[in-house]
Amino acid sequence: MTKTRFDCDPDTDIAWCPGCGNYPLLAILKEALEELDIDPSQLVISSGIGQAAKMPQYVHSNFFNGLHGRAVPVATAIKAVNPSLTVIAEGGDGDMYGEGGNHFIHVIRRNPDITHLVHDNMVYGLTQGQASPTSPRGMKTPVQTDGVIAEPFNPLAAALSIGAPFVARAFTGDAELTKTIIKEAVRYKGYALVDILDPCVSFNKTNTFKWYKEHTYRLTDSWDASDRMKALEKAFESDPLPLGIFYRRTDRKPAFEEQLPVYVSDKSPLWTRSRPPELLAELMK
Amino acid sequence: MESYSVVLSGEAGQGLKTIETLFMKLLRQSGYYAFMTKELMSRVRGGNNTTELRISSGPVYAFTDRIDLLIVLGKKGIRRLEKRLSPDTIITGESDHLSDTNVPCRKIPLPVQENLADLGGTLYANTLVSGLLCALFSCSPETAYRLISERFAKKGTDIVEKNKAAFERGMKLAETIPLRASLKKDETIATRFKALSGTEAVGIGALAGGCNFIASYPMSPGTGVLAFMASHADKYGVITEQAEDELSALNMELGAWYAGARAMVTTSGGGFALMTEALSLAGCIESPAVIHIAQRPGPATGLPTRTEQGDLNLALYAGHGDFPRVIYAPGTLQEGVELARRAFDTADKFQVPVILLTDQYFLDSEGIIPKIDFTQNHITQHITETAADYRRYAMTPSGISPRGIPGYGKGIVRVDSDEHTDEGLITEDADVRTAMTDKRMRKLAQLQDVEPELTGSGNYETLVVGWGSTYGAVREALERLGRKDIAFAHFSQVYPVPKSAKKLLARAKRKILIEDNVTGQFGNLIRQELLTDFDTRILKYNGMQFSVEELVQKIGEAVKL
Repeated sequence: MTKTRFDCDPDTDIAWCPGCGNYPLLAILKEALEELDIDPSQLVISSGIGQAAKMPQYVHSNFFNGLHGRAVPVATAIKAVNPSLTVIAEGGDGDMYGEGGNHFIHVIRRNPDITHLVHDNMVYGLTQGQASPTSPRGMKTPVQTDGVIAEPFNPLAAALSIGAPFVARAFTGDAELTKTIIKEAVRYKGYALVDILDPCVSFNKTNTFKWYKEHTYRLTDSWDASDRMKALEKAFESDPLPLGIFYRRTDRKPAFEEQLPVYVSDKSPLWTRSRPPELLAELMK
Repeated sequence: MESYSVVLSGEAGQGLKTIETLFMKLLRQSGYYAFMTKELMSRVRGGNNTTELRISSGPVYAFTDRIDLLIVLGKKGIRRLEKRLSPDTIITGESDHLSDTNVPCRKIPLPVQENLADLGGTLYANTLVSGLLCALFSCSPETAYRLISERFAKKGTDIVEKNKAAFERGMKLAETIPLRASLKKDETIATRFKALSGTEAVGIGALAGGCNFIASYPMSPGTGVLAFMASHADKYGVITEQAEDELSALNMELGAWYAGARAMVTTSGGGFALMTEALSLAGCIESPAVIHIAQRPGPATGLPTRTEQGDLNLALYAGHGDFPRVIYAPGTLQEGVELARRAFDTADKFQVPVILLTDQYFLDSEGIIPKIDFTQNHITQHITETAADYRRYAMTPSGISPRGIPGYGKGIVRVDSDEHTDEGLITEDADVRTAMTDKRMRKLAQLQDVEPELTGSGNYETLVVGWGSTYGAVREALERLGRKDIAFAHFSQVYPVPKSAKKLLARAKRKILIEDNVTGQFGNLIRQELLTDFDTRILKYNGMQFSVEELVQKIGEAVKL
């Protein structure tokens, strides 16, 4: 494994199961950040709760490890208050598409310049094996004892239809592609969703590493990522699942924080500013 | 102190606000004290809303039942007020509106439509009424014309002139009203005082506290503060965001503080209920937070546009687990400004959530307060430049660790909702858990209390205790009772209960509690914290604030017992 500035203390007791897809993803993420030459003190990872949301614990960087489902509003605010920071919101499918479902809709509408990394293992890991919003129909679990009834959520199609300017799917078993996608997503000026297929070795006996290998394929080099409608069509393909950058909007859509009036004539982060008492005196006129 | 009470009664959407705004400005500039309260139905058009304006020669800040002049601007504008009418009450309005009641009082028809026919009709009714009030209270017409010109300038000279004409006709019609107010004026009020609402008080205080980020989801009666901040956002550099829900709002606030902003949310009880998990998060990650809860009667949707002090328990106990918090509840508009400002200081200095507890009555009321001097207003940002070995939760004797923010210094800042080490990393170490809990819980040891305000007899036998927005009514009721053996302790820091409260209460032979809720929530808190109870609890929970007369009667009865 390549050494990076993002490596945590080697004695850290990592809480994931042996063989978890999060291990390769951790290595990929750190390498991607290193190759992007980001200073760890200028990076913030906002996460919620779940096995995926433990990721920042093992990355040497600033982090806000908050509540289940709420990483995205936190990330949006951090970026708004200090746009010079690189901000990543990271968590699992239950965290981001279930508990945080409403925020998923509205973060896309706002379009802050953040990277949204969602480890999608189609199951709940931390709470031990219940169905997630992306679990396939019919999947049996200790709670969905007769199989999942609901249709699986399609995050890519949802994101595209709401207007996300960057939408991609990766697979931890394809490290090279995943790293490329994460780097592109972080570089992209605007909201970037990366749904990352990530096998859960303990609770998802259907969608295993082998299953993903057999049921995914890379988009070809000739794929035109500038066509939103084609991307949407692609997002509805369910078996095999395409991997790659489905859509990257080419005309610049201004990011949320770029449009905030506080930055019209002053680009400095809020914490560096002060409010003169003369201005307050006007409130008593 | 002499005062008059004028009530405007009309339908929603009829524009009572035009009269209120114009007349309040006019009163201040003419040298009067004034206080205005509103009660509204939960609808945008129709129904019946009333506004009470008290015009006075001395400071006034309470709602009174008495009505000297009732101006009826719509149908069914009297019946709901019948209990407050007396033979001395003058009622005026279109003659067909006056037939709404049989209670004997002095009815004077006011031919509004007839007087406005050539100007374009009832569109100018509000300006006409303003003219009527101007003349009755001997306000300066020149000032009024100037205010009208400013108010309607954007709509063109024709509209300005028509409004002036309507105003003049109103002044002329005043001759038919048998009310001659002869109040002493204080000319310095125009320059030394400012008219503002409770909503503005909270907003101004927040700006003075350095607030530069607000995220909220609209909910009456808390929304006004969000709108106030939005209208001041450009000039004062405030990020104002309407969140998709309350969960997002408070989480955004915590993200904002983490990155170096001074942030707040504004909501009501129901919205705050949705924020409680994030409140607990603020406790665990030791984030400052300022939360404005504008109370309205619950449970559930309750009475959305009415008032109550029913969310103290919610504010006290919201959030899972133990963590420190501070709750302020302003009693006057001036206190509204000061405590909103102080909320930011307290939150930042002690790294705790601070709740500002107001209510519909407080926010919608408008009064005249001495101008506050902000020239010495220095905002201390309690943030530190981090060193490479920075630890967010470093152990300190005070429990307060220097707070770093990402991007300022060489260190990294980790905050964690899991129990954590001093570096902010997840831990299940039992000793660390105990040490971290103790650290969090000792942070408020150095908190300087906002002392309860004691008024009335210094050598009291009876102590009346209240908190928050009941202040004005209790004060005025006790002034009217004029008893030498009663004092009033008003608490604007309701939690932690100020340390001085124990002595104050112990000195009283008889204790009377006054609260706008059904269980006496503050009384119960006092009982729990100080092991002392009240002899009488005067509680109201019909959605309306106490009137002065009601408290004169109830406190009078209680002290006879």
